[in-house]
Amino acid sequence: MSRMEPAADRRPDRGENMALAATALDELVNREYRHGFVTDVESDTLARGLDEDVIRLISRKKDEPDFMLEWRLKAFRRWLTMTEPAWASVHHPPIDYQDIIYYSAPRSMKAGPASLDDVDPELLRTYEKLGVPLKEREMLAGVAVDAVFDSVSVGTTYKAKLAELGIVFCSFSEAVREHPELVRRYLGSVVPYTDNFFAALNAAVFTDGSFCYVPPGVRCPMELSTYFRINAKNTGQFERTLIIADEGAHVSYLEGCTAPMRDENQLHAAVVELIALDNARIKYSTVQNWYPGDKEGKGGIYNFVTKRGDCRGANSHISWTQVETGSAITWKYPSCILRGDNSVGEFHSVALTNNHQQADTGSKMIHIGRNTRSTIVSKGISAGRGRNAYRGLVKIAKAAEGARNFTRCDSLLLGDRCAAHTFPYIEVKNPTAKVEHEASTSRIGEDQLFYCMQRGISAEDAVSMIVNGFCKEVLKELPMEFAVEAQKLLGVSLEGSVG
Amino acid sequence: MLEIRNLQASVEGKPILRGIDLEVKAGEVHAIMGPNGSGKSTLAQVLAGREGYEVTGGEVRYLGHDLLAMAPEVRAREGVFLAFQYPVEIPGVSNAYLLKAALNGVRRHRGLPELDAMDFLALVRQNMKRMGMADDMLYRSVNEGFSGGEKKRNEILQMSVLEPRLALLDETDSGLDIDALQVVADGINAMRGPERAVVMVTHYQRLLGHVVPDFVHVLSQGRIVRSGGRDLALELEERGYGWLDGAAAPQAGPPERAAP
Repeated sequence: MSRMEPAADRRPDRGENMALAATALDELVNREYRHGFVTDVESDTLARGLDEDVIRLISRKKDEPDFMLEWRLKAFRRWLTMTEPAWASVHHPPIDYQDIIYYSAPRSMKAGPASLDDVDPELLRTYEKLGVPLKEREMLAGVAVDAVFDSVSVGTTYKAKLAELGIVFCSFSEAVREHPELVRRYLGSVVPYTDNFFAALNAAVFTDGSFCYVPPGVRCPMELSTYFRINAKNTGQFERTLIIADEGAHVSYLEGCTAPMRDENQLHAAVVELIALDNARIKYSTVQNWYPGDKEGKGGIYNFVTKRGDCRGANSHISWTQVETGSAITWKYPSCILRGDNSVGEFHSVALTNNHQQADTGSKMIHIGRNTRSTIVSKGISAGRGRNAYRGLVKIAKAAEGARNFTRCDSLLLGDRCAAHTFPYIEVKNPTAKVEHEASTSRIGEDQLFYCMQRGISAEDAVSMIVNGFCKEVLKELPMEFAVEAQKLLGVSLEGSVG
Repeated sequence: MLEIRNLQASVEGKPILRGIDLEVKAGEVHAIMGPNGSGKSTLAQVLAGREGYEVTGGEVRYLGHDLLAMAPEVRAREGVFLAFQYPVEIPGVSNAYLLKAALNGVRRHRGLPELDAMDFLALVRQNMKRMGMADDMLYRSVNEGFSGGEKKRNEILQMSVLEPRLALLDETDSGLDIDALQVVADGINAMRGPERAVVMVTHYQRLLGHVVPDFVHVLSQGRIVRSGGRDLALELEERGYGWLDGAAAPQAGPPERAAP
């Protein structure tokens, strides 16, 4: 700096500054996928392809009662008559459903470990590497974890402690065996196997997932969570989660997802069903970081998920919060059926797409009960050649006297090759309804960046700060542990104690 | 502190600054005046390093270093502060967060320890109190929904917290009512000191009644066409800029009579 330089040679010109800002954006969104490693375990894997025999085999491996097999077969037969939905704003080559492996489990899991102490240390190390230690003494206090590895749950923590309160938290397979009456009563009652193509496929072949039942009047004292990991090659992951909050019960549930880096696309078609009875409350949070594919758009997870909550009881409350940063393609619309009078549905979402990632996501709020209320806040961030679509439906049924909805969709564009779309659908059949929709699209402004830089803040930090500000109202909905993970993923720092 | 020699700059290929020479010493306050389009704001932006303003010739030394070679954030950390004519809104980012990141960035650069939340808040609150700003300003998003006066006050707050060596004020007086003008002026006056310099870009004489400059320069068509003391500003107030137009030959003699 002390050397005399010809000014014209050293001046950071427009191009350089643009490059600087672009670098900051790149660093934010192009960081190496940190969870891309493969765990070397011997797996018990079926051959590729799908027919009734495969479904029978899966059911047998899981030691399921007959009603489950029947249900799976009905779903499969229905699926055969259905076609893949084509209305989403996403593009991908046709999926060959006979080229997918529908079941893969670490061989060590075959017998079903009696407790976490019996789990293959290699699997435990995998979760440790992912930042999800499964040994209770090392775990985050106050978070119970069900860890799902490919097609099976490898273990669930804090089970005994929760059981003291009457809370059932276990893998889906275990629930089918131990609590068949609950499963039979609620399975498919929110997302029937006839619902859509991917939900039907899931119903036929789902292999594991988490199950939770909170009895009347119990407030679950800790966060429940599931950590999904796809490891095996060419394998689809079809998990199913079912959460029931009985009358007056409260529960907060988190899910996290990662997968190794592979050149082939992998299919993940999950179903989540939530049921809230009278005065019950369910908070469901997702940080989705499946492998997004490389910079050229090769590989990555197809994340085709059906998530729906049923506010079945009066004064019930279901809220969805999602931070979606991974997957090559995301197709999901966490929704609420507001059946009970005065029930409340919420959806808060941040979806970031970069490189060739595509996201078509949003929510459906179906108002049936009287004085039902719903809120949708969607923040889409597009960078690189990423495509981001918000698709939402607000439906007010005839009986939904005094229903209210507020929807806000904001899109932030980084660079000039990305795209953002908004497809709001509104159907109102009751004249007392109040439905509000707001939408905005903005670009990270050069003037915002310069303002921060003129205050001594680097371009990278400035971009983080602006993105963080953009997502703030969604991130604050996440439980603390997840907010930290989410902000790391977004490459942003949480506003400190003074914010 | 600041030496500008034959500075030329253009915007979108159009020359705006056509050879500026200016020397600002520590302890001095300079006012840059001139009609709209004379290049006043461009000068401030070029000194702060705004992209889109292309320097086509000349040089700028700041504390002996080549200012134009520094990235904008380095200039800021080295003590160059620009109070914006139109402060930018950043939704979702609180004033306190931006200011703390800025202050600690500057402190790190100077080899000082970063301030923790408590010390930072104490420092900012003290400054806010002096400027008659309500506490909730700290937690509101940067400039979002602020009135014109609040935005300008916020710029001065940032300046007083960051304690720059060279403060560039771009039309800081525009859009202020008389009370706000007084507060802003007090803020600027509090900055004056033997170690610091202030360059105020302004269209009107108004602010100069509250912050008395040591030197006044008149910019016209990208050049400084006249320099003088405080009296020059008063004369401009009385006679406008017209008599200076095309004044390639300056020094039209002292004004007949300045208002008292």
